[in-house]
Amino acid sequence: MDKTDSLLRFITCGSVDDGKSTLIGRLLYDSKTILSDTLNQIEKTSHKRGLSAVDLSLLTDGLQAEREQGITIDVAYRYFSTPARKYIIADSPGHEQYTRNMVTAASTAQAAIILIDARKGILTQTKRHTYLSKLLGINQFIVAVNKMDLVSYDQETFNSIVKEYEALFHAISVNENNQFTINFIPMSALNGDMVVVRLDNMNWYQGDTLLEILENADSQSTNSNLAFRYPVQYVCRPRDSENKELHDFRSFMGRIESGRIKVGDKIKSLPSNQESTIKAIYIGDQVINEAISPQSVSILLNDEIDISRGDMLTELTNTPSITKDFNATICWLSEEPLNQGRVYKIMHTSKIAKAKISSIFDKIDVNTLSSIEADKIETNDIANIRIALAQPIMSDNYFDNRKTGSFIIVDDSTNHTVAAGMINNIY
Amino acid sequence: MQNELSHLDWLEAEAIHIMREVAGQCSNPILLFSGGKDSLCLLRIAEKAFRPGKFPFPLMHIDTGHNYQEVIDFRDRKVIELNERLIVRSVEDSMARGTVKLNYELEPRNKYQSITLLEAIDEFEFDCCIGGARRDEEKARAKERIMSFRDSFGQWDPKNQRPELWDLYNAMTHKGENIRAFPISNWTEMDVWQYIEREQLELPSIYFAHKRDIIRRDGAIVPVTEVTPPKDGEIVENIMVRFRTVGDITCTAPVESHADDVQKIIIETAETRISERGATRLDDQMSEASMEQRKKEGYF
Ligand SMILES: Nc1nc2c(ncn2[C@@H]2O[C@H](COP(=O)(O)OP(=O)(O)OP(=O)(O)O)[C@@H](O)[C@H]2O)c(=O)[nH]1
Ligand SMILES: [Mg+2]
Repeated sequence: MDKTDSLLRFITCGSVDDGKSTLIGRLLYDSKTILSDTLNQIEKTSHKRGLSAVDLSLLTDGLQAEREQGITIDVAYRYFSTPARKYIIADSPGHEQYTRNMVTAASTAQAAIILIDARKGILTQTKRHTYLSKLLGINQFIVAVNKMDLVSYDQETFNSIVKEYEALFHAISVNENNQFTINFIPMSALNGDMVVVRLDNMNWYQGDTLLEILENADSQSTNSNLAFRYPVQYVCRPRDSENKELHDFRSFMGRIESGRIKVGDKIKSLPSNQESTIKAIYIGDQVINEAISPQSVSILLNDEIDISRGDMLTELTNTPSITKDFNATICWLSEEPLNQGRVYKIMHTSKIAKAKISSIFDKIDVNTLSSIEADKIETNDIANIRIALAQPIMSDNYFDNRKTGSFIIVDDSTNHTVAAGMINNIY
Repeated sequence: MQNELSHLDWLEAEAIHIMREVAGQCSNPILLFSGGKDSLCLLRIAEKAFRPGKFPFPLMHIDTGHNYQEVIDFRDRKVIELNERLIVRSVEDSMARGTVKLNYELEPRNKYQSITLLEAIDEFEFDCCIGGARRDEEKARAKERIMSFRDSFGQWDPKNQRPELWDLYNAMTHKGENIRAFPISNWTEMDVWQYIEREQLELPSIYFAHKRDIIRRDGAIVPVTEVTPPKDGEIVENIMVRFRTVGDITCTAPVESHADDVQKIIIETAETRISERGATRLDDQMSEASMEQRKKEGYF
């Protein structure tokens, strides 16, 4: 394994027009990632619209409809690298209507940049996005108080937003045992203050620039330190009768969603509970002795046991629950409300199971951050429910393991993904 | 043993996982293979995902008929070497059937590949096409999901994409619908070159600097070929060039370069100030939204 550099995935989120897309444009521009022909294009477009300066949000707002309306509708993924690492940025939309797309962006992020317009302070969407980021398990927060140029770079304005945000952050009581880091930073995405360079409008701020914070953020997935979880995606049986060696070959292909494994380790296959030991580990035709999350490998066992897609290899003692009944927090993403009478499908690791919502407990009121009674679930709702499955899944709580604790709900008449779920109590 | 993967290892692991999800969820997938560098990376990923077994899908080339012979020869050699099955469907057959109608004889045929592709999807009832598109190529691609749903007309609806959470990919379709799966979505041009270097992948020779007859037209370098002859009064020069992408000859331009091996290309890629498409695709610049438009109509 050649370790030369690392990779960090982060999102930008916050309320409408807080400057998320502009900030990403600024990051790419100042880190010299934007190539000159792309810049020419957005210069032309900005000009056509009669803008005096280049509109950097055009760099991420790539859809026609977005450019026409000046808003972000769906996530844009952008990339840049420094000598230290590669970054994958997901720019999420601020509009409440497109919350589902923000959830998509946040689900794979390791850090969140929450933007706040210095003139407006904390708004409902700021709360919602902070709530969702925390709920989805992000533990590194960078709070960027943007548009400081419009408040004369006033330190007091910054300080009072910081205070208010800290109170908000602590009032959100999800995943409280997580180790959080929060950095606050005053900025002007438009002018570039404190993004890549400091400039000298805010000499009262002693902290790092945004890029410095990103360069020092933790990119290591903690997953490799968790218990071994290996959902089988595919079984390889070449059945090559000409090649003796391959005649009886059978390997189990998948991605190590958490933990690590080496040749000789004892494992268990779930749900059948049969035990064996690791005979060999491959990536393609390359033999390796050990592997860690999130590598995609191929595993050979010393015993002939029946394993197929949807089963899971785990270690012997620290095993997931085999369950058909659990509680979860879900984000309802579909325009069509939940129909409690219907049977849905859930996708969990490499497994698909039929599912019914057996109870709805409550919903979160994002404004007050309190729980409210609920009997129906609609677009953008965050709700606590109980689910009953027709087939068992091998699961951990989301807080313990994001990979084996997450699932999506699919409506099998349209095949749409209608909800994202996080398991928090297994019966 | 380290605790963290390098960025290339991470990208590779993700791509293998995506390909296996296609194999696990779809009943009749296909891998689109052009002989170009991105699809060559896909083939290496497929080897790592499925060997010593066979690929659980055939390869398919949608041939515009406007090719560099080196690329076609390379494509065929690669298929034999891998011992996999290749299906070729050509835009010229669609022209003969009358389903593709050119506006003028030497019109670039890239955009007509959509029609031929959709015809092939119907013919074989493919439920998923694995492609080598990357999000860093173009602003509409930057918006697309890794498993991107297309309706029974092959249309992409960018305002109503399926949410795609964690690494749970929903590739479910009804008959006639289709998923486009993009395992190297998160790779940049630089990642591709670094991967080619690390894996020592062989490429068609036109990717490396070579001498070629060209003309300079409207700021672009146009290679002189049968289908792109010089116009009256244009001067033919013979200079060192390389291609950053391979596609329909009539709309793929080379760049001036002396980079004759992968390492030199990596250095040039790091220094270049012009994007892959900006430099080399003569057809994408026409309209600001042309890629989005094409994707809505069924393009890769
Ligand atoms: N003065 C000033 N204007 C800014 C700054 N950052 C962004 N803007 C402007 O604010 C407006 C909205 O910026 P966007 O980047 O599109 O906002 P967004 O947060 O991405 O909006 P949505 O994605 O639609 O939620 C644009 O007109 C920007 O030029 C800033 O630091 N100072
Ligand atoms: Mg935006």
